[in-house]
Amino acid sequence: MTRKEPSAATRQNEGANPTYSGNRGLLIEEPLIFEVGDPAASGVDLPDAPETASRLGTLARRAPIGLPGLAEPQALRHYMRLSQKNYAIDLGLYPLGSCTMKHNPRANEKMARLPGFGDIHPLQPESTVQGALDLMALLTAWLTELTGMAGVALSPKAGAHGELCGMTAIKAAHDDKGEQRSVVLVPESAHGTNPATAALLGYGVRTIEARGDGTVSVEAVKAALGPDVAAIMLTNPNTCGLFERDIVEIAQAVHDAGAYFYCDGANFNAIVGKTRPGDLGIDCMHINLHKTFSTPHGGGGPGSGPVVFSEALIPYVPIPYLMRDGAMRRLVESEGAAEGRKPFGRLTAFHGQMGMFVRAMAYMLSHGADGMRQASEDAVLNANYIRASLRDVMSQPFGDQTCMHEVLFDDHFLEGTGVTTLDFAKAMIDEGFHPMTVYFPLVAHGAMLIEPTESESKASLDQFIGVLRDLAEAAKAGDEDRFKRAPQLAPRQRLDETRAARQPVLRWSAVEPAEAAE
Amino acid sequence: MADIKFTEAHEYILVDGDIGTIGITDYAQEQLGDIVFVELPEVGRAVKKGDEAAVVESVKAAAEVYAPVAGEVLETNKELEKNPALVNEDAEGKAWFLKIKLADADELSKLMDRQAYDSFLETLS
Amino acid sequence: MRYLPLSGADRQAMLARIGAASIDELFEDIPENVRMGGLPNLPLHAGELDVERQLSKLASKNLPASSLPFFVGCGAYKHHIPASVDHLIQRSEFLTSYTPYQPEIAQGTLQYLFEFQTQVALLTGMEVANASMYDGSTACGEAVLMAHRITRRSKAVLAGGLHPHYRAVVETLSLHSGHGVTALEPIPNSGSDEIISAIDDETSCVVVQMPDYFGGLHDLAPIAAAAHERGALLIAVITEVISLGALKSPGDMGADIVVAEGQSLGNGLNFGGPYVGLFATRAKFVRQMPGRICGETVDAAGRRGYVLTLSTREQHIRRERATSNICTNSGLCALAFTIHLSLLGEAGLRRLAELNHASAVGLADALSEIGGVELVTPEFFNEFTLRVPGDGAEIIERLAKKGVLGGVPVARLEPDRPDLHDLVIVAATEVTSKADIAAYRSALAEVLKP
Repeated sequence: MTRKEPSAATRQNEGANPTYSGNRGLLIEEPLIFEVGDPAASGVDLPDAPETASRLGTLARRAPIGLPGLAEPQALRHYMRLSQKNYAIDLGLYPLGSCTMKHNPRANEKMARLPGFGDIHPLQPESTVQGALDLMALLTAWLTELTGMAGVALSPKAGAHGELCGMTAIKAAHDDKGEQRSVVLVPESAHGTNPATAALLGYGVRTIEARGDGTVSVEAVKAALGPDVAAIMLTNPNTCGLFERDIVEIAQAVHDAGAYFYCDGANFNAIVGKTRPGDLGIDCMHINLHKTFSTPHGGGGPGSGPVVFSEALIPYVPIPYLMRDGAMRRLVESEGAAEGRKPFGRLTAFHGQMGMFVRAMAYMLSHGADGMRQASEDAVLNANYIRASLRDVMSQPFGDQTCMHEVLFDDHFLEGTGVTTLDFAKAMIDEGFHPMTVYFPLVAHGAMLIEPTESESKASLDQFIGVLRDLAEAAKAGDEDRFKRAPQLAPRQRLDETRAARQPVLRWSAVEPAEAAE
Repeated sequence: MADIKFTEAHEYILVDGDIGTIGITDYAQEQLGDIVFVELPEVGRAVKKGDEAAVVESVKAAAEVYAPVAGEVLETNKELEKNPALVNEDAEGKAWFLKIKLADADELSKLMDRQAYDSFLETLS
Repeated sequence: MRYLPLSGADRQAMLARIGAASIDELFEDIPENVRMGGLPNLPLHAGELDVERQLSKLASKNLPASSLPFFVGCGAYKHHIPASVDHLIQRSEFLTSYTPYQPEIAQGTLQYLFEFQTQVALLTGMEVANASMYDGSTACGEAVLMAHRITRRSKAVLAGGLHPHYRAVVETLSLHSGHGVTALEPIPNSGSDEIISAIDDETSCVVVQMPDYFGGLHDLAPIAAAAHERGALLIAVITEVISLGALKSPGDMGADIVVAEGQSLGNGLNFGGPYVGLFATRAKFVRQMPGRICGETVDAAGRRGYVLTLSTREQHIRRERATSNICTNSGLCALAFTIHLSLLGEAGLRRLAELNHASAVGLADALSEIGGVELVTPEFFNEFTLRVPGDGAEIIERLAKKGVLGGVPVARLEPDRPDLHDLVIVAATEVTSKADIAAYRSALAEVLKP
């Protein structure tokens, strides 16, 4: 592993001032650890191991692994340089629809790192972790109050895992009643995890079309219901940013047909403190703590996806779950100990994402009932402000109507310009903004889904609006080149995703892939 | 005489006697974008009309390729496994996906000819 | 409210542009009879000081691992994490960034994922790895589903030494997705014969944990050979990733898929989560591998860069036909893992593994000297099983009262197996001191006094 000299390819040759190093002021190019590290180097001082007779038998490792090491200064530099190449909420607005990129409070991080939370083992005697169980109970109480539901399964590790939890409970409920139901209803605008989860459980998916305004009508649901339907999976507000007006009637129709109502809670941020899913007739809903409740996205994870349940489904909630034993709290960790319930099984080792529970609890305690309601109102206000400020220059697939916490545009306004939604998004990068969600939901052509969240100031929104207006005008004025070449100012220009998929290089190798034949 | 037919899902079948050569149309490859991977069926498999016969993947989308008519898979195009980009270059020629032995030639009558397919394409834009 | 920047004047101005008289107008789509009139029945907002007090109070009711002699393992392990790791993962650009779907402004995340994938492949002796899963147990469940897809069979054989939680996860997933499972009896020191004889022509995969949950070691090579002979795959499971610094890699022993819990590197105990699942396999199976994958490419200026790739397997494109429903990886936990491993390097990891093993050997020797205590697993890495003269759970509870968290009673993981309730699983790591060992020894001797 030798240090790679900057090659012609790494020199920034477009525009003025190519540099020798390939660096550009504070933006520093950084090779892979395998190119700068060394197997003998280490940033950790460890004592020599005492001489002992090995108990590894014949299975001791003989061959080298090939891992590089770095002394501490080099390691810090490596990761610091990498960090500079990332956009982040702490840098600016992230208008990603359905992701709820709200501010991640630092107090959350401090609380999660209290040794009493961070340094406890899931299998310590329960008497030594009563505070942790208390926190889980507190989170349960807040989530059930906010949603108007009867109980919570805390163990799912992310939103999609929560979907699996909710849908498996529904399946278990039907199985328990001897009901053979093989179909799940999913609107065409649903997030891809919805049909994927249904398919995993062996269900066929029946798609429901949206009506002209993007929402699902109770008539369409009734037409699709039948004795073979196990459940409907709806997102509310839906993935177009609209509240499903017929939801109460839909829930009624679903229940009348002997089916259950699963709600994808990704968009819960719009309605916290304004309405309760339980009052709408929902049987289970996953909550993304990393969306609505501010736990950090961490570049892709970890998330946490607890699921709230109605009374009808509580018996099937998976292990482990909390219970009281006199003054003590305990976890029910096996089916045998589940008195009066029929848990459908276990979804993960241990008890759930405690680190995210603490963070979410810090967020909830900080906001309180009044703060959380205000947050929902500001989130909806901000999205509508963006809508009202762009409706004359951008196009909305279902016409201009009040949205909730996110607003959906399509690429109709770009017709004839040669600029695609993708090009438009990339041009936003040069203006210092992460693009909005693009090409989702599929029901809009060239969809652009914008969710500002309540964390944005009016000044920040005004700047964002100004940028989008400028870009829309530039596209219509025929400045195609600006969009096709974008981004020019980011650490990398557009990357060749086709090549990455056709010739996958998924790891560094000591031998160059081209030399390795095959 | 070779005869070409089309489906609304943008598959084509080039028929010569009782052998049908199946692929996706030029319109389809353009819609999908850069093709990165093609998954072909096993030789010997029997497909019914409408069965999933193959999968074609681009960077952003994956699409099922359905058998336009019933038959038995005789041969698949190994070239596509090495060079999926061929689908973009010559979808209706060298980038055929599979050849089948037709089970029921009457099923062909339900498909569109070139003229009907072209008219169909116009309704889509 | 400190997190909400809009002022009253802002809100008025914004409503005016929207053309709404009040915020309530924007919520009119909510049917009137389900609109909440008042606030939720919860406390009002609180300042940081208040929140800290409330949460600190709860935290203080828990006994942290660092505060006493600590020997609890069984799937999560107490190790020392260098200060740089936690510092770096709190960089805003790592902490508050999103999934790298816009690669031009996420090269930081993508490059560390590429490095992480490489490290995981090297450690496990496999050809490719993904960008992490939620944890080891869900990775295990996904591996079984992957094996079913590849072999087109649907029966998994689970070795008896598979962590009971992992076993339960696979059984749950299998039950509800219509697949079969044969779970062998959990017997410490059972050899490979029982596993091998359970493989037949309908088996899609054999799942073997190594070291197993009792701490025992297994040569996977004969199991791999037996599986392959029948057209089945071997899935190796590792719950203590540091063991790979001292033991042969599963790839070298013939595994087809390796899943692991990566928590031991970079990530604290956190009462069970968030953790990080490692997932590695052979290159020929890469299109069946679940989760996100990062790949190398070039940008329009010809510079090397990284992108998420092979995403057509994933739910956001394949929908019903996705290889799994997974959406997130364990990003920040994977970052912590890769930073810690980069700091250790090969030499550091080997030495760390040696220290772990030496701690455990010293502890095993000390404890098995006590009358009535028997070491059940003669070969182990940093975790072993003791047979104690009495109820394991009760003894662990009495040790706790004496200020020693002595391990995991098997009864906790196998409540329906009274024949195993005199077994205790004990872990030691590089943080285990001689004083800790002495404290455990004397506490156990006292507890066992007739």
